[in-house]
Amino acid sequence: MTTNTIEFDDVTKVYGDDMVAIEDVTYGVEKGTTTVLVGPSGCGKTTTMELVNRLEDPTEGTVYYEGTDIQELDRIQLRREIGYVIQEIGLFDHMTVGENVATVPELKGWDRDRINDRIDELLDLMDLPPTEYRDQYPRSLSGGQRQRVGIARALAGDPDVLLMDEPFGALDPITRETLQNEFLEIQEKINTTILFVTHSIDEALKMGDKIAIYDVGEVVQYGTPQEILESPANNFVEDFVGADRGLKRLQVTQVKELLAAPVKEAESGGRGVAVATDGNGSHELSPTDSAQVALSRMIQYDVETLPVTDDGRVVGEIEKSDIHQIARTEG
Amino acid sequence: MIDQITSVVGKSIILALGGYFEFFTTHLGELTRLLIEHVRIAVFTLVIAVPLGVVLGTIVSVYERAASPILWAAGIMQTIPSIAFFGLLIPVFGIGTPSVVIALVLYSQLPIVRNTYIGLTQVNQAAVEAGRGLGMSRFERLRRVQLPMALPVIMAGVRNAVVLVIGIAAIGAFIGAGGLGDYLFQGIRERNVDMIVVTTIVLSALALAFDYGLGISARLLRARNGEDVRTTRVTRLLQQVIA
Repeated sequence: MTTNTIEFDDVTKVYGDDMVAIEDVTYGVEKGTTTVLVGPSGCGKTTTMELVNRLEDPTEGTVYYEGTDIQELDRIQLRREIGYVIQEIGLFDHMTVGENVATVPELKGWDRDRINDRIDELLDLMDLPPTEYRDQYPRSLSGGQRQRVGIARALAGDPDVLLMDEPFGALDPITRETLQNEFLEIQEKINTTILFVTHSIDEALKMGDKIAIYDVGEVVQYGTPQEILESPANNFVEDFVGADRGLKRLQVTQVKELLAAPVKEAESGGRGVAVATDGNGSHELSPTDSAQVALSRMIQYDVETLPVTDDGRVVGEIEKSDIHQIARTEG
Repeated sequence: MIDQITSVVGKSIILALGGYFEFFTTHLGELTRLLIEHVRIAVFTLVIAVPLGVVLGTIVSVYERAASPILWAAGIMQTIPSIAFFGLLIPVFGIGTPSVVIALVLYSQLPIVRNTYIGLTQVNQAAVEAGRGLGMSRFERLRRVQLPMALPVIMAGVRNAVVLVIGIAAIGAFIGAGGLGDYLFQGIRERNVDMIVVTTIVLSALALAFDYGLGISARLLRARNGEDVRTTRVTRLLQQVIA
């Protein structure tokens, strides 16, 4: 209980007289992890999120933030400690990109130099060069760029928790995937506890350390992507995850998890073996590639094994049978 | 025959224009004095009416229940004929400028209150919701998000009000407030067509000048809000001066 940044304890939210949005929700969000709330629309995932920054208050039960009942915290102060990104983005169109990002630091009363440094730092992080974008107005940006600004704005106040409500939902598939990948990298750098709402199981499997699957107001399964793919709790989860969960498991498994001892061996062996490329250059795999990428390359190049390299050194080898093994083990 | 008519019409037009021009040059000093008086009444009115209207409009946008009674009352004000309105105010505020300014303030509330209300309530709701989620209090949302975003719409209301005020202020001369209305009433009494026409032209030019000036400032506001505005030469010039 103490390591959890956010804790839902038997939380129920009822709108009006009898519209039950969520019922008896109990789980904890570990510090520094990304928890994805996923389920069909109207299942209560957004409501759960809105309880965290007190846009809504629970009807019954308690939400704890760093061990404190959030009902005891000032809601304005709380929201300034919690980043917030919504699907509609909601940028302030009358302010420049820089002014948008400065919103929470200004509310918190930071001094001007610190705010300016923070704006540049975040725009750099979001791949929007400050010299070019800082003084632009949101109207002149593309959808993907606007959402980058939205995320930068949410991160500006150095929040401990980041809430993201379908942040990539309104983007085209290509932009969405780019932003997902970028955000995975950013996530490693910022070490923030993230609550992420989506209706897409693929996005959930990709983004989440933990996943909470919702079905009309209830959490039906809470676990890691691997756990959910290996042993769906019931028929609903099984259907929701889809018939191709063997393949999905390939998506959530990284190549480095398939490498056994060789990684250590190669490291102790100093420089290791230089890789001979055949001109295509992308023959070898990186340890963070997914097993799905590995399999697709094997099919593409019609080979049974592929080398895995890290920083130009071979750290191991991966065989097609290893990959088949993951897809086959059904829970 | 036709030639005769055209020459007669042409001659009388030239005669009339000459008369207007002569009146304009000989009465320039007096016209200027009345014009300044007129502008003073309009400015007095706006200094009170704009803040009052914006505050009322803001209150109405926060307390929705107050919206229909206040907008209804402001609408009723506009249906009262101005002469009757002045007459009603004389027993309380006396003859002269105060009664006229108060009447004009009340007249101008409908466009200002209505546009403030519409502007504030039609601001992009996602932006307001984002502001709430980021930890802005209701007042901070109003000041940092809603009012700046609504400003161009509010300005349009003020423009309406200004043109209205300049026109009705002329009737204020009837109860001794002065301004260009003095010449209009005098011209009617003395059947001096030159006087009426010239004063009317000056009055219209004044309203157009105010409207044009506010139009440019509204466009500048939109440009500052990051909108793509088609800029005229004057707007661009002003933008450069401001920058």
